[in-house]
Amino acid sequence: MAEEKKLKISNTLLPTESMKVIAESIGIAQLSEETCQSLTEEVSYRIKELAQDALKYMHHGKRKKLTTVDIDCALKLKNVEPLYGFHAQEFIPFRYASGGGRELHFYEEKEVDLSDIINTPLPRVPLDVCLKAHWLSIEGVQPAIPENPPPAPKEQQKVESTEPLKVIKPGQEEEGQAKGKGQGAAATDGKGKDKKKSLLDGGVMKLKPRTTHELSVEQQLYYKEITEACVGSCEAKRAEALQSIATDPGLYQMLPRFSTFISEGVRVNVVQNNLALLIYLMRMVKALMDNPTLYLEKYLHELIPAVVTCIVSRQLCLRPDVDNHWALRDFAARLMAQICKNFSTTTNNIQSRITKTFTKSWLDDKTPWTTRYGCIAGLAELGHDVIKTLIIQRLQIEGERIRTVLEGPVVSNIDKIGADHVQSLLLKHCAPVVAKIRSPPDNQESYKTDYGYLGPMLCTHVVKARAQAAMQAQQVNRTTLTITQPRPTLTISQSPQTSRAPSIIKVPSSITLPMQTLVSARPSTPTQPSPPATKFIMMSSASGSSSTQQPRPTLTISQSPQSSQPSTSPSIFKVPSSITLPMQTLLTRPSTPTQSSPSPTNYIVMSSSSGSSSTQQVITLRTTPCGTGSTSPVTTTVASIQPIVKLVSTSQTAPSSTVTGSTQKYIVVSLPSASESKAQSSNNSLQQHSPK
Amino acid sequence: MAAVPEPPAAQSEAPASAAASAPSLASVSVSIPVPIPVPVPVPVPALAATPSPTPSPTPVPTPSPTPTPAPGPGPAPSPAPSPSSTPSPTLVPKVEPNESPAENHKPGPVPAPAAGPGPAPSPELPDKQTLLAVLQFLKKNHFKEAEEILRKEANLQESLDESLLRAAGQRGSDSVHQPDVSSVLSAYSNEGDPSLYEEYYTGLKGFIETALDAFKAELSTLLYPVFVHLYLELVYNEHEREARHFFHKYHGDQEGYYHDDLRVLAGLSKKEHMQGNETVLDFRTSKFVLRISRDSYQCLKRHLQERHNNQIWNIVQEHLFIDVFDGMPRSKQQIEVTSGGMAGEAKREANKTKVFFGLLKEPEIELPLDDEDEEGENEEGKPKKKKPKKDSLGAKSKKQDPNAPPQNRIPLPELKDSDKLDKIMIMKEATKRVKLGPDCLPSICFYTFLNAYQGLTAVDFTDDSSLIAGGFADSTVRVWSVTPKKLRSVKGATDLSLIDKESEDVLERIMDEKTACEFKMLLGHGGPVYGTSFSPDRNYLLSSSEDGTVRLWSLQTFTCLVGYKGHNYPVWDTQFSPYGYYFISGGHDRVARLWVTDHYQPLRIFSGHLSDVTCTRFHPNSNYVVTGSADRTIRLWDVLNGNCVRILTGHKGPIHSLVFSPNGRYLASGATDGRILLWDIGHGLLVGELKGHTDTVYALKFSRDGEILASGSMDHTVKMWDTVKAFEDLETDDFSTATGHINLPDNSQELLLGSYMTKSTPVIGLHFTRRNLLLAAGAYNPQ
Repeated sequence: MAEEKKLKISNTLLPTESMKVIAESIGIAQLSEETCQSLTEEVSYRIKELAQDALKYMHHGKRKKLTTVDIDCALKLKNVEPLYGFHAQEFIPFRYASGGGRELHFYEEKEVDLSDIINTPLPRVPLDVCLKAHWLSIEGVQPAIPENPPPAPKEQQKVESTEPLKVIKPGQEEEGQAKGKGQGAAATDGKGKDKKKSLLDGGVMKLKPRTTHELSVEQQLYYKEITEACVGSCEAKRAEALQSIATDPGLYQMLPRFSTFISEGVRVNVVQNNLALLIYLMRMVKALMDNPTLYLEKYLHELIPAVVTCIVSRQLCLRPDVDNHWALRDFAARLMAQICKNFSTTTNNIQSRITKTFTKSWLDDKTPWTTRYGCIAGLAELGHDVIKTLIIQRLQIEGERIRTVLEGPVVSNIDKIGADHVQSLLLKHCAPVVAKIRSPPDNQESYKTDYGYLGPMLCTHVVKARAQAAMQAQQVNRTTLTITQPRPTLTISQSPQTSRAPSIIKVPSSITLPMQTLVSARPSTPTQPSPPATKFIMMSSASGSSSTQQPRPTLTISQSPQSSQPSTSPSIFKVPSSITLPMQTLLTRPSTPTQSSPSPTNYIVMSSSSGSSSTQQVITLRTTPCGTGSTSPVTTTVASIQPIVKLVSTSQTAPSSTVTGSTQKYIVVSLPSASESKAQSSNNSLQQHSPK
Repeated sequence: MAAVPEPPAAQSEAPASAAASAPSLASVSVSIPVPIPVPVPVPVPALAATPSPTPSPTPVPTPSPTPTPAPGPGPAPSPAPSPSSTPSPTLVPKVEPNESPAENHKPGPVPAPAAGPGPAPSPELPDKQTLLAVLQFLKKNHFKEAEEILRKEANLQESLDESLLRAAGQRGSDSVHQPDVSSVLSAYSNEGDPSLYEEYYTGLKGFIETALDAFKAELSTLLYPVFVHLYLELVYNEHEREARHFFHKYHGDQEGYYHDDLRVLAGLSKKEHMQGNETVLDFRTSKFVLRISRDSYQCLKRHLQERHNNQIWNIVQEHLFIDVFDGMPRSKQQIEVTSGGMAGEAKREANKTKVFFGLLKEPEIELPLDDEDEEGENEEGKPKKKKPKKDSLGAKSKKQDPNAPPQNRIPLPELKDSDKLDKIMIMKEATKRVKLGPDCLPSICFYTFLNAYQGLTAVDFTDDSSLIAGGFADSTVRVWSVTPKKLRSVKGATDLSLIDKESEDVLERIMDEKTACEFKMLLGHGGPVYGTSFSPDRNYLLSSSEDGTVRLWSLQTFTCLVGYKGHNYPVWDTQFSPYGYYFISGGHDRVARLWVTDHYQPLRIFSGHLSDVTCTRFHPNSNYVVTGSADRTIRLWDVLNGNCVRILTGHKGPIHSLVFSPNGRYLASGATDGRILLWDIGHGLLVGELKGHTDTVYALKFSRDGEILASGSMDHTVKMWDTVKAFEDLETDDFSTATGHINLPDNSQELLLGSYMTKSTPVIGLHFTRRNLLLAAGAYNPQ
C-alpha cells in the first residue's frame, strides 16, 4: 500500500504550464518548452526536499499536521528566506478560479481599507496557556470524569447494540484470509486446519462477552444522589442532576440502572397517579437522550413503554379535571418522536410500530378522551406526513365525536374537558398542514364539507397560519441584504416597495450563477452603502451544490414571493469568513416553494470560510409556528454556537397581519467565536427546535 | 538550598559569571590526575577548547555543500566569553590527555573521519596506487582472505581507496564526468550500458530466489543496498529515463522501513541533485553493513564470480561492508529484528567494548533521618518502615557494583550541602515509595496544557516533581510550580545589599515576595524550543531551540545565564547529567555535543550518526551518553574518550525517546513506528520489543525501582509495561552476542499492564515521583 503511495509521489511533477504561468506573472513572456521542462524537474525536486525537511520539524514539534511554519523552518535550513505572511495555522489563502480554459490557484490580495481595520474592535486576546491536573488513572483504573474520554465511545456503543456481530467481523475476515493463505501454501495441510478454523469461527460467533457490571462505590453514591435529586423536591438540585445526566461522559456503566429506575418509576407512579413524579422521570429520559456520549438503543425496550405510558395512559393524575396532565402527554409525545428519529431503523421499525399502536387505540371507539389525546399528540409529533396521511383523514369522524360530547347532552365534565383538548390539539397540528395542502381561497363552507364539524374552526386557524407565514415572508422577502465581510454585523433592511416583484439577485460583478431558483427580474438598489469587502459563496437549497464565487463582495438580494404561494423552503447561503471574523447572516428565501417543510419558514444561513480546511457554522433560524402576532416573531435556535441574535425594529411594526412595506428590521446575528466544529453544528442545525 | 551566595544580579548574560557561580564545579576539573600531555590525536572528535584553526572535527566527514558547523573559537558572538573566562578553558584541555590515544580511527561505519578525500590524498598518492594495484591483483586472482586482511589494514582511508580505485578504473575508459562533480560521487561514474542494469538486478534477485532456503533470508538483505547503488549509478550517469524506470520497477521489492529513504531517492533525477542530497552522501560515504553467515557469503561469491557480474561485485566491494560470521545463517525474523538502520546493521566489532553500566557508589551521608521519621509516623507501625530503608540504603551504597566504572573515571562535581539535604529527602521519600508491580499499578496524574494551540514541544519535570517546564513553539519556555509553593525570584542588587547576611533566614530574605506567582515565562530563544531539562539541584534549566542555541536559565533570577552556541542548526534535544554540571545536546547537524555549564564550548563532539540526532540521554552513572537519531540507530558514547561504544539497530523509524533503567543496565527506546525496544547495554543486544502504540512514542520513563516502564505517545495514550517480566531469563549468551541470532518473544500483550487514553491529548512528558506516582503531561489538542 505504501508502495503505491510512494509511486504516486515520485511520479509527481509540477505541470510545465505552472512554470509558464509563474514566469508570466513575473514578466517573462516567452519561455521555451525545454526550459519549462527542466525548471519543473528542478522545482519539483526542491519542493519535495523541502517537504521532507519540514516533516522533521513537524515530528519534533510533536504535531500530526504539517504547518506553514514547518515549511518556513525548512527554508531557513536551506538558507532561503522564509515566505512571510503565511503564519495562519489552518487557513491557506489560496483561491481557485477557472476561466478561459485555464485553471488557476491564486493568492487573493484584498484591498483593505485601513480605516476599517482601525475602527474594527480588536479581537479578543487568546487565552494564555495554563496547566490543569486531573487523574488519568487511579491505581490502574481510569476514573470516569469529564476530563477523561468516555469509557465506551458512542460509536462503539452503537455498534455493539445495533450490530453485535460486526464487532467480531474483522477477526473473521482475517481468519478467512489466513485460510486462503494456508491453502495456497500448503494444500495438504490445509484441510485439517480449515476444519479447526471453521469450528473456531463458529465459536467466535456464539461468544458474547458476558460481563457483569459492578459499580464502584463512587458510582453507587452518584447513582443514589442523582436519582434522589431527580425525583426529590428541590428544583435546584434536580436541575443540577439533570444537567449532570445530560453532560457527564461516564454514565455508560450506569445506563442499565437508570433505565430500570425510569421504567419502574413510571410503572409505580402511573398506578398512584403521581403526575409530578412522572414529569420528573420524563425529564430524566430527556436528559439521557441529550447526553452526547450515550447510546440508548440497548435500553429502548424499557424506555419506550415508559414513555408511551406517559402519553396514552387513561389517567395520569389524581384530579384529571384540574391537573395539567396534557402537558406531560405533549412532552412525552415529543420525546417519543425524538426517539423515533434517533433510533428508528429498518430492522427495529420503531416508528412504524409506534404509529400502529397509536392508530389502533385511536380508532377504538371506547378509548377515553385522555388516551385519545395522547394518541393524536404522539402521531402529530411524528411529522407532517403522518398528520397528512393519518390525522387529516379522520378529522371528520373525530369532529363528529367531539361534537357529540361538546354539544350533546352533558355526559361528564371530564369528557368535556378531554374533548376540548383534543379539539384544540387537532386544530393546532392540522392547521399548518392543511394550509400547505390546500390552495388559498379559504372558504368556511368548503372546509365544513371536507372536514365536518371542525371545518370552520380549522378554516380560521388555517387563515391565521397563512397570514403569519405571509407576514414573515413579507418581512424577509422584501429585504435588501448587505453583507459586509470584515464586520461582524449583518444588516437586513426592508426595501420600501410594496409590490411583489419576482425575486432578484444582484451581484456586482458576477461570474456564472448556477442558481436556478433565483430568478432575476428587477434590480433593486441596496439601501445601505456596502463597503468593499470580499466575496461569498451562495448555495440555494433547491439546486444543492451550486456555488458561486465572486471577486467583489457586495451582494444585494431583494426578492419577494409569488403572492399565491407562501413558500416555506429554506435557502442556504454560505458566506466566507476568515476564521477570526466570526459572524454571519440571515437571508431570505427563494421564490419557488418546493418542499413542504415542517414549520412555516426556515432561514438557514451557513457561514463558512471558503477553502477546504475551513470551519463551518450553521445557524438555523425558525419562525415560531404559532400565528399570534408579536413584535419579534422570530425565535432562534442555534446549534451549539450560541450566537447573539437581535431583532431590532426601527420603525413601528405591523405585527400580525400582512405587512405594510414601511417596516424596517435589522436582524443582527453574531457569533462569539468560530471555534465550533463543522460536523457538530451542521448535524445539529437542522434538527433543533426551540422547545416551547 | 544553601548555594548561590553571590548577588544574582551579577548573573546576567556572561558565561563567566556562570562559571563563577559554581566554583566548586570548576575546581573539580582541576583535580583530575594529569598524565603527560600527549599531542591530541586528530581523529578523536572531542576537542573542547583547543583553538584549532582548521575545521577538521566537523561532523560531516566529507565535503558537502551544506555548510558544516565549525566549532572553532571564532563564531561565538553575542554572549561572548568575556576575557575573565579565559583561564577556565585552560582547565579543559587537561581532560584530553586522559583519553587513550591508541584509537586512531573510530569504529563505526563512518570512514575517513578527518579529512575529506578531496584535498588530502595528493602526497600519498603513489603509495595508494601500489596498494591498489596489489588489491586489484588479489581480487583478480580471488585471494579473498588476503584481500580482506589487506583491506582491513588499509581500512583507515577505505573510502578514499574506493574512490581512487574507481578513478583508476575510469582512467582507462576515460570518464567525461570526472572533473565537474565532487570526487565523492565520482565513484558512480560508469560507462556501462544503462539497459543492462535491470538485468544485473534481476539476475541477483533471481539468484537469491533460487538459493537454498537457509541462505535466502540473509542474501535478500543484499537487494536493498544493491538496488540503491545501481539506481544512484544510473542517475549519476544521466540515464534519467532508465533510472526512473528501474526505480519504479523494483522499489516495491524493498522493505517497508526503507521507504523514507526511498522517498528521498525517488525525487532524484538529475546528477546535480545528488550533490546536495544528504541521503545520497550517506550512502556514498558510509558502507552499508550486512551481517551474513560464512556459508551464505560463499554462496554469493561463487555466484558473482561464475556470472562475471562485475557491476554487482563492484558495488558489493565498494559500498557494502559484509560482516561475515561463522555459524548458522539467520532466519528472516532474526534479520528483521535488527535491520532497519539507514546504513544497515551494526558491525559486530562496534559493540565489543566493555561498558561500565553499573551505578556509582552513593556518597555516605549521615542520616538524621531516624528521629524525624519516627516523629512523623510513630503510629503507623515501626517494623514496616525499617525494612525498605535498609533496602534502599544498603543495597546501593554499601556494595560496589562490579559493573560500575571507577568512582573518578570522569570528574564529577562535589556535593554541596544543599545536595546532601536533597539526598536525604530522596531517601526519606524512598521509604514511602509504593512498591509497584502488575497487581499494583501507579496512579497517573495528568497535567494538561490548555490553550497551547499545538505549540507545546517539550516538557520536563524536576526530580522532586515540584516544577514543570514546558518548551513552546512560540520560542518561550514556561516554568510552573505544581506545589503550593510559588515561584519567586531573588531581589535586586540594591535590596540585597540591605539584607543582614548573618541572619538565619537569609535564604528566605533574599527572595522577593512581590514576584511570587505560579508560573514564569523565560524569553530569549529565537525559534521553537525543542528540549528542556532541569538541573538536578533545581537551580538551572536548559533549553534547546530551533535557533541553534542551548540556553542555561537561572531558576533563582529567572533570567538567561548563558547561550551555548555550537550547533548551527536546530538543536533537537538537551539533557543535564544526573550529577549536574555536564549536559548533552544533539541536533540537526548530526552530532551530539557534551558541554559543561561553565564553558562556552563543548568538551566532546560525538559524531557518527548519519542523520539528525533526535534525542540525547545521560546514563545514570554519567559516564555514558546515549543518542537516538533519524538514521534509525541508537549510539552509546563514552564521555571519557568520546568513543562510540554501542551501535544499536532495530528501529524502523526515527527515534524520539530514550530512557535508561534505574539500574543502568537496560535502555528503552521509542520511535515513530510506535514500537518500544528494550536493550541490554552490557551486551549491546536487543532484548525486547513492546508493540501497542499506534503512533510516535515521545515519552518513556521507568518507575523508580524499574519494575514498570511507562510510555506516552502521539496516539493519546499512556501505556504501562511489565519490565520485570520482560527482563527475566534473558538469553544473553555470547553466541547470540556474536552473531545476532536474536529471537524476541512476541509477548507484548502479556507485558502490557494498562493503557489509558486521554481525551485528545498527545502524551509528551512522563515522570515518576519519588513515591512512584506517575505524572504525565501533554497539550490538549482540540480536534
